[in-house]
Amino acid sequence: MSELMTGPALLAWLISLPLLGALASIALKHGGRWPALTVVIVNLGLACLLVASTQSAPLRYALGGWEAPLGIVLYADTLSAMMIGITALVGAVVSWYSLGYFAPGSSSERAFWPLWCLLLTALNTLFLSGDAFNLYVGLEILSLSAVALVTLSSGLEAIQAALRYLLVSLMGSLCYLLGVALLYQAYATLDLALLADVTGDGVLERAALALMVAGLLLKTALFPLHFWLPQAHAGAPAPVSALLSALVLKATFYLILRLWFDTLTEAATYLGALLLGLLGCAAILWGSLQALRAQRLKQLVAYSTVAQIGYLFALFPLLNDPRVADAAFDSVIYFVIAHACAKGAMFLAAGNILTAAGHGRLADLRAANLPSAITLFALAIAGVSLIGLPPTGGFIAKWLLLQSALQVGAWWLAGVVLLGGLLAAAYVFRVLAVCFDVSPPPTSMEASSQRTIVSAGRQWSALILALVALALGFLAAPVLDLFDANLVTD
Amino acid sequence: MSVLLPLILLSSLIPGIATFFVPEERARLRNTLNLGAALVKTSLVVALLVGVSQGELYEVRVALLPGVEFLLHADAWSLMFISLSSLLWLVTTLYAIGYLAHSRQRSRFFGFFSLCVFSTAGIALSGNLITFLIFYELLTLATYPLVVHKGTPESISAGRKYLAYTLFGGTLFLAGVVWLTAVAGPIEFSATGVLAGRSDLSPTLLQGIFLLLIAGLGVKAALVPLHSWLPASMVAPAPVSALLHAVAVVKAGAFGISRVVYDVYGVEFSAALGVTTPLAIAAAITILYGSTMALFQDGLKRRLAYSTVSQVSYIALGTAIAGPIATIGGIVHLVHQGLMKITLFFCAGNLDETLGITKVSQMNGVGRRMPWTMAAFTIAALGMIGVPPWRDSCRNGTSATAPWKAVPTG
Repeated sequence: MSELMTGPALLAWLISLPLLGALASIALKHGGRWPALTVVIVNLGLACLLVASTQSAPLRYALGGWEAPLGIVLYADTLSAMMIGITALVGAVVSWYSLGYFAPGSSSERAFWPLWCLLLTALNTLFLSGDAFNLYVGLEILSLSAVALVTLSSGLEAIQAALRYLLVSLMGSLCYLLGVALLYQAYATLDLALLADVTGDGVLERAALALMVAGLLLKTALFPLHFWLPQAHAGAPAPVSALLSALVLKATFYLILRLWFDTLTEAATYLGALLLGLLGCAAILWGSLQALRAQRLKQLVAYSTVAQIGYLFALFPLLNDPRVADAAFDSVIYFVIAHACAKGAMFLAAGNILTAAGHGRLADLRAANLPSAITLFALAIAGVSLIGLPPTGGFIAKWLLLQSALQVGAWWLAGVVLLGGLLAAAYVFRVLAVCFDVSPPPTSMEASSQRTIVSAGRQWSALILALVALALGFLAAPVLDLFDANLVTD
Repeated sequence: MSVLLPLILLSSLIPGIATFFVPEERARLRNTLNLGAALVKTSLVVALLVGVSQGELYEVRVALLPGVEFLLHADAWSLMFISLSSLLWLVTTLYAIGYLAHSRQRSRFFGFFSLCVFSTAGIALSGNLITFLIFYELLTLATYPLVVHKGTPESISAGRKYLAYTLFGGTLFLAGVVWLTAVAGPIEFSATGVLAGRSDLSPTLLQGIFLLLIAGLGVKAALVPLHSWLPASMVAPAPVSALLHAVAVVKAGAFGISRVVYDVYGVEFSAALGVTTPLAIAAAITILYGSTMALFQDGLKRRLAYSTVSQVSYIALGTAIAGPIATIGGIVHLVHQGLMKITLFFCAGNLDETLGITKVSQMNGVGRRMPWTMAAFTIAALGMIGVPPWRDSCRNGTSATAPWKAVPTG
């Protein structure tokens, strides 16, 4: 058993275990949460093992002993391990939260656990696949389970949002598949490592890269392709919003990163990176402004995601610059993990506020009908990390970004990032000011005196994710060491 | 021995966090915790003073990022600022316990209050620009809940104004720090200034960065025209006003300006760059403007706030004039105005709580009704104006170079 768990077989376990969990939790109609929870906890342990075992060298595992190009290969370096790790961590905390969120035995609870396991399967598949078609399969499972999770919220709006999300996702997958087809007919292989060796910077590679990246951008919701996100993320149940915002978007972003910097490096031009960078800047500004105008709490948090995704892409021009590529990669990693924790915490806290107050209208929220200080601290710490103020993970990410930008003289980028921080402060403190406000709400609220009690587990799970975002501000050196150990980004 | 520095920080951080968990009605537990922490901290600071006077070196370095360190150290300026803040924290805690005896959300209040002092201690002890920046921003965040403590629409909007100014200032400061780090590597404070010997950097660039840094710090130091958050945040409870004005926020700004001019740029180098004259002019304008505005304020706390606007700029002015005596004068003034201003705010709080007096025009005959409070007020006010023997000789030495100080400050 120990050999099975440590070597490259670890990669296979990381994918098959959540899949087994999904099947088991469908089979056990009323106790579906137990196999799911077991899987989530074991997955966290396996993720730690993976992070530890990729430190010396990347892992490679050929399924069934069939090497590429015939067989399918799983592959993990420190970047994949980092993504698996953050997914496992956020996933575990969100699962704890979900125990208190869904009423036991309700139809939404019974649907949630198998779907979440399926989502985890898809995420792990995407982070570990070394094969373009396998990735496509992972993308499809990811979209289908994510869309199904959005529909767990009853109400017409959620269904509409889910339908739009489904169509967008299918469109994105199709684009991606077209790109894969182009590569396959030219090179007769789907293995990413082999493709990296044979592809050049011809028209075909560029077209394939453009198609694949465009499809993934649609799924990652980079401005102006973000139109589907606010409704889907704001309309879903709180734990689902947390998973979608914190993890699902990061998975497709990770694929773009892989394709751009590992597989089709020669076809990826600086001009393309610059374009992505400009779109990222536009996303930062547009998302923040929309968050400032949002009427409802979860809408605000969802638009904040649009803005935060912008930071990831704003780094692309710097990633292409050899002078600062290393610092920029560190920054990307830090944005990804800090945002995963902070945004997860923020959606969970928002879910608590919605439950306690019975509504999410920012104008009518007052201190009196908010949940206890634990949730509010979670909200505040997560918010501070999103703004990028010290001492949080968000600050480290922003510091690295600004420093790299100024080193290569990208003033415009630094300016947008600083402005984005101010706008983020404005929308975050719109929410935090409510926590102190004791004045009577403008509309007569009969519900203002009563508040629903939110369970301690839901409050603490939100705070724990926020505290991780805070701890990331102190642990930057060791965390980045884990990541830098043997990264292959040539 | 360097463990003393983290201990000083933790002596306000841990009680601060613990206070959040104290149930609202356990007033005695909370008071013991806070006073105990203030006493522990004061004794640790005394130990630090003794250690430094015996020639002990205190320094703590932790890697924050590749090439970027979190650095705490204790030099003469740190000691001055940290002694002031820990002493005044002790006094303000005593005052606040009585002042807020019947207020709501006291655990929240004292928790953030301790976090404020934690940040101030961090500002005092930081040994490089990024550490300073971290605590500087933390101070903004920790003071916000104190400004909006009452939760009325008035205080919420004052809080918004406070944040708008200080976060904007923080952004400018961040821009300056990152820029300087990007072109010159990590910047540690040193008594002679670290940029003086760097001939590889263009003067224009350094002037631009200086402007960013000072503008960022100037918001907290309430340099005109970046001052208007200060009178607005007067809606906060009196101990908070005292803390904001006398100890933490404005002094952090002034302290930062001195650090940048002396320990980063170096005083001769700043003069050579030609950046100190504009700073001196800005400080002089602020002194005149603040004093004049103070004369026209009827609200007692607002008048004191404008007085702070003007007084704190003496520190900036002392720094900008940039002679050794002027510097000592400026720094001594930092301590002096801290002590006097906190007394004035305590008195204003007493008048408000006991007699409901918030305006100067209501103060007729108040000396007869609250003789002790008004005696303290008079002493502090005279000290503020600069009547001997309240101001020590160094400070008067500066005044020879600063003719504006004769302006009465209300």
